[in-house]
Amino acid sequence: MNQHLKEIEAVLKTVDDPELPSVSVFDLGMVHDVKVIGSQVLITMVPTFAGCPALDFIKRDVQKAVGDLPWVSDCEVHFSFEEKWSTDAITDEGKTQLKKHGVAPPPENYQPGEEWTVDCPYCGSDYTSMENVFGPTACRSILYCTSCRNPFEAMKPVVDYVY
Amino acid sequence: MERGEEEMMESAEAAKQDQTYLNALKDLLYQLADDDFLISFRGSEWLGLAPHIEEDVAFSSITQNTMGHALMFYNLLEELGDQEADFLAHERKPEERKNAIYFEKKNGEGHYTEEPYYDWALTVVRNFFYESFKKVKLEAITKGSYKPLANVAGKVLMEQPYHLAHWRIWFKQLYQSTDDARNRLQERLEEAWEQCGDVFELGAHAAELEHLGIVVSEDTLRERWLEELSKTIPELPAKNFGKKYGSGRDGDHTPDLNQALEILAEVYESDKDAVW
Repeated sequence: MNQHLKEIEAVLKTVDDPELPSVSVFDLGMVHDVKVIGSQVLITMVPTFAGCPALDFIKRDVQKAVGDLPWVSDCEVHFSFEEKWSTDAITDEGKTQLKKHGVAPPPENYQPGEEWTVDCPYCGSDYTSMENVFGPTACRSILYCTSCRNPFEAMKPVVDYVY
Repeated sequence: MERGEEEMMESAEAAKQDQTYLNALKDLLYQLADDDFLISFRGSEWLGLAPHIEEDVAFSSITQNTMGHALMFYNLLEELGDQEADFLAHERKPEERKNAIYFEKKNGEGHYTEEPYYDWALTVVRNFFYESFKKVKLEAITKGSYKPLANVAGKVLMEQPYHLAHWRIWFKQLYQSTDDARNRLQERLEEAWEQCGDVFELGAHAAELEHLGIVVSEDTLRERWLEELSKTIPELPAKNFGKKYGSGRDGDHTPDLNQALEILAEVYESDKDAVW
């Protein structure tokens, strides 16, 4: 069984977010739970942003990739809102891959409502400015690095907070 | 009353066993879904027409995300035995819609494919009102008794502060700029006040929704909303909210809703069985 879980994890690390090529859904912290019963697999995922139109594609890609394992007869994927995705769930590997793609990982220790800044993913400088908190997808913002003069994007921080 | 742990309704299956609970819950879900759906449609009509390109990026991103929120609420209805989201969004008649009337209001005169004389002051006031209200209503629902909805509300509230902050900044900056800008906002503010009376209403099942702990009362929602608005707007109109065109929560609507639904359903009507 343990071996099976390891195999599934390895496969999930190869399924990229359709809008962030080279960053896997595993490293984005979207995989919440994997259950194996015999040859059946049930995967619970947490969506990044609720309005993300890529969710259906992610579901299909995960189903296909895991379903291709020789011992898997059936793979079900569902998105849960019981557990909430937060930008803290992105793995170190995910952060590295995001930077390679020109997207800065979200700031750490973000407090809801506070202003935030991130370092440039290209040159590492903190001399950056926010151009638009909204970007090409719901989860990204557009920034500018005054040091290396590159525009870049960053993952918007979201964290679960208690009211 | 906001419920304690012991009275929670944990799942759609549990809610379906209690007809009174189910009817009240569904009505609230239609209000939430239809509000998000209509405000998103009015937002989408601005695409390419916003005051500057950065605003086009921001507004369309907010609109897309809000449409995603509508979908989540329609999905909760599907779990409770209603039809699937595409049907609920496209096929329901105007009188079945539960959105507040102010959110279906046209952006201005004209049409986006011809001469769109849209009004930015209306858009700023309306979206600021909308996001402030959405925050208040969803915060109450996170403490409500229907667990699947409380979970979704919590998820939406993680994303929605960005939307609210966006419109708050627009409102503040325009309000503090020129006399012309302030007058235009003031005019739209007065207009909103005359038409917004149904926004915090909870419709035919209001008493059950409160009694069953799904959401707080209309009075509480109104008070919390006013408090939220007053954080940004220096002087709120001194009069009560009016319901110039009736209550959308009861199915009253204006011809503006028909116009919106016709355009919204145009592609859907062209091939209802298409797979996207």
